[in-house]
This record gives sequence, C-alpha cells and structure tokens, in this order.
Amino acid sequence: MVNIIEMKNIHKSFGGVKAIRGIDFTVGPNEVVGVLGDNGAGKSTLIKIISGVHSFDEGEMYIKGKKINPRKHCVKTAHKMGIETVYQEKALAEKQTLWRNIFLGRQMTNKLGFIKVKKEIDETQKIMRELMKFRGIGANAESYIRTLSGGEKQGVAISRAMYFDSDLVILDEPTMALSLQEVKKVLNFILAVKERGKSCVYISHNIANVYPVSDRFVVIDRGIIVGSYNRKDISLEELNEELIQYTKTKTQQ
Amino acid sequence: MTKIEKRADQKFFYKYTSQFGLIIMVSAVLLFFIITSPNVFLSGSIYLSFLSTVPTIGLMALGLTFILGMGEIDLSFPSVMALSAFLFASVYKSTGNFLFAFLSCIGAGILVGMINGLIVTKIGVPSIVVTLGMQFLIRGFSNLISDGTAIVVPLRGTISQQIFAGKLLGIPVQSLWFLGMSILFYFLLFRHKFGEHVLFAGDNQESAKMMGVNVDFVKIAAFSLMGAMAAFAGMFDLYRMRTWWPTMGEGYLMMIMAAVFVGGTSMFGGEATIFGTFVGSFMIGALEAGIVAAGLKGFWTRFIIGLLIICAVIVHTLIRKRKK
Repeated sequence: MVNIIEMKNIHKSFGGVKAIRGIDFTVGPNEVVGVLGDNGAGKSTLIKIISGVHSFDEGEMYIKGKKINPRKHCVKTAHKMGIETVYQEKALAEKQTLWRNIFLGRQMTNKLGFIKVKKEIDETQKIMRELMKFRGIGANAESYIRTLSGGEKQGVAISRAMYFDSDLVILDEPTMALSLQEVKKVLNFILAVKERGKSCVYISHNIANVYPVSDRFVVIDRGIIVGSYNRKDISLEELNEELIQYTKTKTQQ
Repeated sequence: MTKIEKRADQKFFYKYTSQFGLIIMVSAVLLFFIITSPNVFLSGSIYLSFLSTVPTIGLMALGLTFILGMGEIDLSFPSVMALSAFLFASVYKSTGNFLFAFLSCIGAGILVGMINGLIVTKIGVPSIVVTLGMQFLIRGFSNLISDGTAIVVPLRGTISQQIFAGKLLGIPVQSLWFLGMSILFYFLLFRHKFGEHVLFAGDNQESAKMMGVNVDFVKIAAFSLMGAMAAFAGMFDLYRMRTWWPTMGEGYLMMIMAAVFVGGTSMFGGEATIFGTFVGSFMIGALEAGIVAAGLKGFWTRFIIGLLIICAVIVHTLIRKRKK
C-alpha cells in the first residue's frame, strides 16, 4: 500500500529563520508515528505543512502518492485528501455547541447554504454514541464546548476527524494540560484510530504518553530529523536516554 | 453543583433566562410610562409613531449584531447612512429612477463596508480604529460632495414611498420591513453557514481557520452587510422625511450600540442574539420619545437611557457568568 505522507528534503523559512532544513518524513498506512522534540524544534511547522496551513519552500511532498503543489495545498484540499489535524487548545470554539463544532467547515446544507440543523444534531448524537463513547457525563449534542473537560474536548476533536473518515489524523500536543485520567482517554482515541486502519501522527514532548501508542518515533531538532526508531527496537528507557543525549549536545553547543 | 447537574439544568427557563430578563425589563419600562403618563401610553398613536421611527435604529442594529458577534466593531455606519442616502437623494432627483437610486445607495454602503473589512483583514488594523477614521472620512466626503446643503426629494405620492414609508392596514410598513429583516437575520445567523462562520470567527478565529473557514472573507462580507444595512436604513429615513440633511445619522451611533448591548449581545464575539437586538431597538427607540411624552424634562432622557444600559448589561453579564 502506498504511503499516506512522503516528504523529501522539505525546507521552510519564515523571513530569515529556517524552521525546517531538509526533512525526509514518511507516514505509512495504518501507522502511528510519534514526533518528538523540544519546543521550537520545528514539529509544529512540519505538521502545519502537511495539514495545509503553511506551504513549503523547497522539496517534494506526496500525499497518498499524489504530488503536492505547495501553492495550491491548503486546509480545504488537505481535508479532501483525508488529512485532519487536532490542535491543542485551538481545536474547538468554546462558546459554540458540540454539533456546530463537529460540522464547522463541512456543514450539511441545502442549496442556499442553510444548515440542516436536525440532521447535523442527529449525526452528532450518533458520533457521540459510536465514536466518542461519552456515557454518563450528561453532555449532549447541544452542550456548549465550555462545559466539557479537557479530555472530552480532545475526544470531540479526534472523533470529528474519525467521522470524516480521514486517513491521517495529526495530533498536536493533545495531552498537554490534561489530568492523568484525561490523558488515558486521549490515548484510547489514538488506539481507536489505529484500529480503524487509519494512520496517526502524534506530536508531544511527553515520551511516556507517545511511547505506548506509537509504532515509530521520529526526533526533530532545530529543523532536521536527528533520529528515527521503531518501537520494537527500543524500550521507553532507551528512547528517553537518546532524547537526553540530543538535548545535552544542544546545550553544549 | 456538579457538572452533570449543571448540564441537566439547561432546561427551557435556564436556556432563555436572558430573554425573560429582557421581557421583564421592557414591561417595567412600559409600566413606568403608563403610570407616569397614562393618557399618552394607553392610546395607540404613540406606538404607531414608534413603529415608524424604531426600524431605522433596528435595521442598523441588526447589522451591528453580526459585527459584534464576530468580535469586531463598526463606528462608521452613521456616516455611511448619510452618504448612501445622499446618493439615493441626488440620483433619484436627477433621474427619477428608483432602481438607479437604490443601487447606488446600497452599492455605496457595501463598498465602504468592504473597504473597512479589507483594511481590518488584509492590513490588520483593529476595526475600532479603521472605522473611527472611516466615520470622519465618509462624513467629510458626503459634506464635500453635497456642499453641505440639504436636498428635498420629490418622493411624495410615488409607489416606492408606499412600499418604504406607507401604511399597511394602518401599520407603518417600516416596522414590517424591520420584522421581516429580523427574521431573515435570525436565520442567516443561526441557520446559515455564513452566520455560523461569523460566530466561529468571533469565538475562536484560529480553530475556524483550521477547519477551513475563510475568516477574512467572512469578515469582509459581514462589514459589507453592515454597510448595506446602514444604506438601507438611510433610505428608509429619507422616505420618511423626504429631505436629506448633511447631519443625517448623527446621534445614532451610541443609540444603536446601546440597543445591541441592552439586547444581550456580548462585545467579546462568538455570541449574539437577534431577538435581543429586536427588543433592544424598541426599548432604546421608545425611551427617548417616551420620556418626553411622560412629561419629564429632556435632560432625563440621557440619564434614564444610561441607567437602563448599565442595569441591562449587568444582568446579561451575571447570567452569562452563571451559565459558565
């Protein structure tokens, strides 16, 4: 099967600052890739290139084998190609209802652009039953996002991605600022993505969270990939050790 | 209260507390007027007069509700109203053609709104600053091109006057336009893609962008809509008075903002209410006339409007806090 993402020698600068300096990055079918690295290493820039928020300056990118024109790639086209991103904190609008958040940007409308409210609410209830598995928390499709807990919010965002049948779900620090129990919920969502035969890119600097759900790890430092490991070849302790080595060399320089 | 209880509590009354509060406030104001001047407020004629004056406030308040729901502000609409009405007056006077006059009037409103929106989104100047400048610029421009003189427009007896300033079964048609527009705006805001995008842009611009909403386009469109509504309101005022004055629209800015805030729309974006704006427009519009009719000195008008605004926004804020 063809790789979901294939990036070759990708470069990206902002003004004079080189955020990404020649990255080769692939995500295979039904693979969970954990992307690790310090703040400012270029993790977020990398995923924003994939999800169409930023374009790239140099290099080649293929999504499901199709060559991407950096000038034409945007969030909408990424959505159409089945790439969905869940951003930490920014994923949902707090003052809006759950169902409006689920269908934002992909509303079910009639020809005049009016939303089919009942249909969207019914679908949301289905998503809540089947994908979010929200039980006994008292939330319904018409609950406002601000009444949900942090883990529930991530659950909504990830379920939204699963509902739209994306082939690749990108998660940007989904467990930041969450309690342990909430983290567990999010990790379960990632496992659910994998179970459905889809792929996932999981960005975090918490190795302990990334480790159990990922198939492969990529370490980014100052805009380049400095290490790549399969989970079966490395234990959590060894991976931790490796990462400490990278940060050490960084501080020594 | 636990989270579960709190959610279960989102029942009918809880959900509509703001609306109930608003209706109680309106009733209190009305009761006050009925007690202080029963002979005026128990006869129908004062209400008929409200029905012809309030729609001007209301139409612009509807546009402003979208702007505030988007987390932006527009200070330029009273001047846009004057410019658009000037264009209507002069085009109508020279050609006698309603369609030309109408198109140039609404077109000018949309154009100014679009410029506001473009400066806000593409250059990144805060809307309060852009529209503050635009307010002066447009007022100055309309004074320049009109040479500061009033225009009397021969509208009396035309069919279009029947449509925009006539009476239907004794009811001023302006109020029917306002009612119709309010219903349209309700559906546009809460049932249409565009309105949903407006509220998301005001709530969390980043998340809206991440979901593929073209936030810049939405903002430019909403500012253009505000411009169109100001033009529309200008046209209604022109039909009512049949004379264009260079000072048209002055004094409306604060009244209309008051109407929207009293109605319960927050200025932080992401939340808005058309019902509130509708009721708020009548409340603010009726107060000024009502206080004078009640035999109070004109000085009291500002005082009582001020008192009402402050009370109303305190109530709305407390309700909003409790809901969190």
